[in-house]
Amino acid sequence: MLIIKNLHASVNGKEIIKGLDLHVKAGEIHAVMGPNGSGKSTLSAVLVGHPAFEVTEGEIIFEGRNLLEMPAEERSFAGIFLSFQYPVEIPGVSMVNFMRTAVNEHRKYRGEEPISAGDFLKLMREKQAIVELDKNLINRSVNEGFSGGEKKRNEIFQMAMLEPKLSILDETDSGLDIDALRIVAQGVNRLRKPENAAIVITHYQRLLNYIKPDIVHVLYNGKIIRTAGPELAMELEEKGYDWVKGEE
Amino acid sequence: MKQYIDFFNSYRKEIDRGCAPLLNSYREAALDMFASTVLSSPRKRGSHDDPCAWDSRLHGNDVDFGFYLSRASINVNPYRVFRCDVPNLNSHKHFVVNGHFVGNKTQNDLPATVFSDSLNAFARQYPSLFTKYYNQIASAKEDGLSAFNTAFVQDGYVLYVPENVVIDRTVQLTNISAGNNNSLINRRMLFILERGAKAKILVCDHAYDECPITANTQVVEIYAGENAGFDFCELEESSPNTIRLTNCFVRQDEASEVRINSITLNNGTTRNNYTVDLAGKHAGTHLYGMAVADNRQKIDNYTLINHLAPNCKCRELFKYILDGEAEGVFNGRIIVAENARKTEAYQSNRNLLGSRSCRMFSNPQLEIYADDVKCSHGMTTGQLDEQALFYICSRGVRKEEAVLLLKFAFTDDVISEIRIDGMCNRLKMLVEKRFKGELVTCRDCGRINE
Repeated sequence: MLIIKNLHASVNGKEIIKGLDLHVKAGEIHAVMGPNGSGKSTLSAVLVGHPAFEVTEGEIIFEGRNLLEMPAEERSFAGIFLSFQYPVEIPGVSMVNFMRTAVNEHRKYRGEEPISAGDFLKLMREKQAIVELDKNLINRSVNEGFSGGEKKRNEIFQMAMLEPKLSILDETDSGLDIDALRIVAQGVNRLRKPENAAIVITHYQRLLNYIKPDIVHVLYNGKIIRTAGPELAMELEEKGYDWVKGEE
Repeated sequence: MKQYIDFFNSYRKEIDRGCAPLLNSYREAALDMFASTVLSSPRKRGSHDDPCAWDSRLHGNDVDFGFYLSRASINVNPYRVFRCDVPNLNSHKHFVVNGHFVGNKTQNDLPATVFSDSLNAFARQYPSLFTKYYNQIASAKEDGLSAFNTAFVQDGYVLYVPENVVIDRTVQLTNISAGNNNSLINRRMLFILERGAKAKILVCDHAYDECPITANTQVVEIYAGENAGFDFCELEESSPNTIRLTNCFVRQDEASEVRINSITLNNGTTRNNYTVDLAGKHAGTHLYGMAVADNRQKIDNYTLINHLAPNCKCRELFKYILDGEAEGVFNGRIIVAENARKTEAYQSNRNLLGSRSCRMFSNPQLEIYADDVKCSHGMTTGQLDEQALFYICSRGVRKEEAVLLLKFAFTDDVISEIRIDGMCNRLKMLVEKRFKGELVTCRDCGRINE
């Protein structure tokens, strides 16, 4: 599904990703772990086409298409979704309006008619239930005045609405209490399908107790320095990152 | 300037003809005031009531204007031709065509004690009230535009609401500019709300794109008595050929509440002056403005709020969305006088620039001479938030659509301050159309010639 080859990326002229390779197949969940500043968030930003990040070398192929040539909205149409580490507050744009616009743009891309008001409300209600998102939040401006936990739930809600093929969860666990973590993780698991895949970016093993990864990678200094099964996460939790850093 | 004075002296008969003698009796003094403010006070240049600023707008176009003096020569009954199609806007409708009020006896079901008719009728029927209120604030301000308007005014609209009378339905006034010649129209509005009276008015300015160049001077005087409440919502949807120069004066007595919504959606050159005197304690003013401009449109809003009594509150917010080569000016001033203790005054100006060639000039000012007050003022001018734009695009929204969403969101807080039923939704629709570059007109308004 996703093939990243020798990726180099920089921001403001500073190279952050320094030759990264990653293969994700349909049905797989990959965990990307690593210490602060290792390039985890840069990887997610590059995957969704954030304009501040420049790819200087390498390629990203998603389902046979060159992702790097596509603007952010086309990547979304193709089925890529990022759950932001820091969801953006957008005063004045209601969640309803935002989601209706996004859903209709996706439909338009597929050559479908805009969704009817009734169907849209039904869809919203159904997806809200998955992450137990307070229905009042839907009528408020996007993320404005949402608590940390509500923002993360809102990300997963949007994911549920757009039904992506590849979901990237960038530190979705940060800022969540235990209950919120469980709800968010359950939401992600319920959306899991054999034809879809996910990349879970996290510092801690904790989230991986809820979202079981198939493959765990350690990203350090812009490169993947170790790849193994889920047991790697447990080992990291126990021994710390210095353990793998030392091996490099 | 001299040409106007000469015109006045040569055509005095024509100017007076058809107008109430009482209205005509104000002209001479006004012309003197006009002559003295314009000719003798260079120090006023650039100030709030700079008489030359508006004159340059008239002459910058190098156009000869004919004064519009003839009484509505248009033989169309706007009450039949116009259908304001704003849903849920259940209003008392009135029309002013080229500055002349067009009456409609059959439709008026306002309370019997309310006067809602032309300026000339008011002068004839209520001479003592007319004398008490007409041109009182305007003349005290010694301002060139008001003096000019008073010297040449032909007609206008008056709403007089006596003590404790409440008009539930919105009063709607539609100003229409029509004709085949370049013209200069001088119109007037007078709103008198006695103690405890309440009313809301919506004033729409319409002109058609194919209209010749039309310059409008407009003077509005609003008197809000003790405990009175008044909403004044102005919407300009005119044309690139329209020049609009307005003075709006407000005087508020104790515990009165006045809300002004000033919306410029489409225009040519606009200069709006708002001057509010909070004369009685515990009075409140809400002054909200929004200006959307592109191409070479120009919008200036000058506001002055005088806190003259203790315990008054004002909240002011103006937002500009500029594009193309548009130019916007916000000059906002709040003065808290020495005895105006416990004043709460907040002023904010936010501007969104969509192109490299549009320009915004902002001058937010706060002068405080009293102790124990809560005041703030602030201004920002910038582009759309890149992070927000990316966030929206990442959900599969094309950039043009995302820009539209964000621009639209920017106007949200100003629009939601309008308290006239049906207007918020209509404005949202008009603003969206405007941003999409579609022709902005309320479908059926502004079509006098059809």
